[in-house]
Amino acid sequence: MFGFISRRIAMALVVMFVVALISFLLFRFVGDPVNQMVGVETTPEQREALRQRLGLNDPVLTQFFRYIWGAVQFDFGNSYQFKQPVADLIGRRLPATLELSFASAIFALLLGIPMGVYTGLNRDSWLSKVFLSVSLVGISLPTFFIGILFIFLFSVTLQWLPSFGRGEVVQIAPFWDTGFLTASGLKAIILPAITLGLYQMTLIMRLIRAEMLEVMRTDHIKFARARGLPNRSVYYVHALKNTMVPVITITGLQLGSIIAFAIITETVFQWPGMGILFLQAVQNVDIPIMAAYLLLTAFIFVVINLIVDLLYVVIDPRLRTERGRA
Amino acid sequence: MTDNTPTVSGSEVSAASRSALARFLDSDLLHSFLSSKITVLAAITTLGLMLAALFAPLVAPFNPFDLAQISILDARIPPIGMEWSDPRYLLGTDDQGRDLLSGILYGMRISLAVGFLSVAFAAVLGISLGLISGYVGGRTDAIIMRIAEVQLTFPAILLALLIDGIASGIFGNIDRETWAIWILTFSIGLSFWVQYARTVRGSTLVEKNKEYVQAARVIGIPAWIIMIRHVLPNVLGPVLVIATINLALAIITEATLSFLGVGVPSTQPSLGTLIRIGNDFLFSGEWWIAIFPGLALAILVLAVNLLGDWLRDALNPKLR
Repeated sequence: MFGFISRRIAMALVVMFVVALISFLLFRFVGDPVNQMVGVETTPEQREALRQRLGLNDPVLTQFFRYIWGAVQFDFGNSYQFKQPVADLIGRRLPATLELSFASAIFALLLGIPMGVYTGLNRDSWLSKVFLSVSLVGISLPTFFIGILFIFLFSVTLQWLPSFGRGEVVQIAPFWDTGFLTASGLKAIILPAITLGLYQMTLIMRLIRAEMLEVMRTDHIKFARARGLPNRSVYYVHALKNTMVPVITITGLQLGSIIAFAIITETVFQWPGMGILFLQAVQNVDIPIMAAYLLLTAFIFVVINLIVDLLYVVIDPRLRTERGRA
Repeated sequence: MTDNTPTVSGSEVSAASRSALARFLDSDLLHSFLSSKITVLAAITTLGLMLAALFAPLVAPFNPFDLAQISILDARIPPIGMEWSDPRYLLGTDDQGRDLLSGILYGMRISLAVGFLSVAFAAVLGISLGLISGYVGGRTDAIIMRIAEVQLTFPAILLALLIDGIASGIFGNIDRETWAIWILTFSIGLSFWVQYARTVRGSTLVEKNKEYVQAARVIGIPAWIIMIRHVLPNVLGPVLVIATINLALAIITEATLSFLGVGVPSTQPSLGTLIRIGNDFLFSGEWWIAIFPGLALAILVLAVNLLGDWLRDALNPKLR
């Protein structure tokens, strides 16, 4: 048990180290940082002075450790485009992305789990078939096109919901503006959250359905029935509980990809989050932002993976021995 | 049962290919294909769209890249059936007066080309690494699989974006227009190889210990020939399934990147580029510029996905 956890943590550290290395190499070697900072009329001597001052003439290893040391303290250098500290730029936009991801994860779970249970239990009902066909179509439609369809339907044609921005925001902490506390903020998050969560919802639904079909065939369900337990308790206590291990894994992993897919949703809905910032950085080859975004998302993914692994052990006692040995 | 099957082909066909054809006509695969109506429909749709895209210059009513054929006066004409429509433009025109139907056909060509090329690239890279990893084992295996694990923590779309960004940073000074499609193919391919590598490695580990491989090794055939000529043909089944599903994913990824504006340049619009252009006109009521290319993309991806789903079930012995 302890061995399993420490091995996982070691693996997470290795991943972070590799990502930090890639992100440092990017930062240092793709494009010349000095060229990006100075104008055309700067003399070679001035460039050399700047190079010296930035420490670019030090050994690469020293530079790498300096970079990591900075990153640990949230110092990622200055953006080439905005000439501002990257940490400030990202920090200001992080809450918007996190709120959007959170809302869409909630949406995906709240709809995906009941739909999965229903389609798993009533395999042949027409409603199950509708759910499954819709989910196949949902998987085949690219996220950005779903967003466009929603905007066309609910914003342009029906004019029910806003098509861009976060609405009114309220500051609840120095770095945190929330849209959850105003009516316009809540209205603004509906379409982006559904767009972002739709794919995850279909995934969770299909997964729970498959797991339910599997679990319903096992002996302990037959035994629960033989004991004369009511259907509801068999379904929701005995069956659903046993489907939870894969669901937690996938949900955890999907949380990571929600943050990545937020780039697309944010672009479609002009949501002022981290994703748009990253996209602008890619288009303008703004390496410090790209490197910092890479590190930050890697960190989020690694933490989520670690939590998922630990949850595994908590939920499924069998894994405490088997996985520890593997 | 196979003994009684009448052979279909003529006498001029050699014995080997005749039996191959007969075997195919009698196979479970063909039977399961024909018994699923939706799969047949999906196959016909996929084939039809691919042919239409391949022969776009012959099929399309206009050439959207030929400046002599387009006129800005024809811009934003609605599709047939709406007021102000023009019988020449079945699905209407875009903001520069290009026929939308032709644009979609030519765009699908680029989408499919990038899709196929990146799947091929990912498959070759993944299969090679998987074979080496499984066959050689040891430290090589550990390194390749660790890289795969690290890469798997990131969603493909994010990787493709990053690789595209880095590549444009490196190739920034060279003419972007010509290289964009290749950079795009490279970045999509590079973000999809892991799945192939893991699958192939798994099957290679099984095949490696079978007698035919040991026999080949005993008579002194070099490892790389054993890998390519003996192991490879036996591990390709699952790869086909992954490749089909990946084609759909690659097309979506390409469209997404082009929609985000980091994909193909707008002088050679793919479906994603067309949707991005159309997105700007959604609010002024010209919905068709974005919606029609989007529908074409959705139908294409849906058809390929259905084929992939069927193939996965048909090749999975557990479900028979």
